[in-house]
Amino acid sequence: MLRYANPKRFMDLSGAALPWLCGATALLFGIGLYLGFTAPPDYQQGDTVRMMFIHVPAAWVGMMAYGVLAFSAAIGIIYRHPLADAAAKTAAPLGALFTALALITGSLWGKPMWGTWWVWDGRLTSFLILFLVYLGYIALWNAIEDETRAARATAILALVGAVNLPIIEFSVRWWTTLHQSSSFLRSGGPAIAPVFLWPLFAMALAYTLLFYTLWVVRIRTEILERRTRTLMMGLS
Amino acid sequence: MSAFFAMGGYAAYIWPAYGISLGGLTVATLLCWRFYARARARLAALEKGTP
Repeated sequence: MLRYANPKRFMDLSGAALPWLCGATALLFGIGLYLGFTAPPDYQQGDTVRMMFIHVPAAWVGMMAYGVLAFSAAIGIIYRHPLADAAAKTAAPLGALFTALALITGSLWGKPMWGTWWVWDGRLTSFLILFLVYLGYIALWNAIEDETRAARATAILALVGAVNLPIIEFSVRWWTTLHQSSSFLRSGGPAIAPVFLWPLFAMALAYTLLFYTLWVVRIRTEILERRTRTLMMGLS
Repeated sequence: MSAFFAMGGYAAYIWPAYGISLGGLTVATLLCWRFYARARARLAALEKGTP
């Protein structure tokens, strides 16, 4: 895998993949939104079920982005690979965005369903901590001027923060919570009717592809900026 | 059509959720492309000026 991870190869491969990623993302958003708004109201939740098609994918991608960040940080620490550091650094703002969207849409869904915007229960609190860890990671990168030192320090923070991922996942089983347990990834198959499952699936794929598209663009930007800095240092 | 926009009485929650989500993702996408285009132009200008 590392053989394909040098910046030159990455620029070539990602440059070829980007138009396809953009096209697939736009198509899936179109399909997901169409299916989501033409689905019938749920017999219990009514039209608020449509919140699921944007809240759940945002939460999934928020967590997945942190997994990607922590994995890249680990590769950066083990192999001292500059592209891995760039991958971790650029995943953080995107992960923070998706996590923030999950928190906001969750709050907007919680008010009509639970009667409150927010409760300090296990799932919501651990998800808020994920958002704060993202912010801390970004702040630490910006606080250390030397890039190598910044990459090492933030990688340690990223790996420590990864402990929060299983806590988020299992919080609904470990503690009493208003948040429902997973209706999708569970033994015995999803507990959602196909009419809601398909729009959820399409939007989850759309959100995932959008994350990877933007991540690739941000890594490319980071590589170009590093090349610019190197050239400018050579000139001065 | 008005029934669609009323969202069964939950329009005040559903439309802001979609607006914030799609608006946030659109702004993020535009910013990512803008930063990328700026970085590319800066490097191209530097390489052009470099002997």
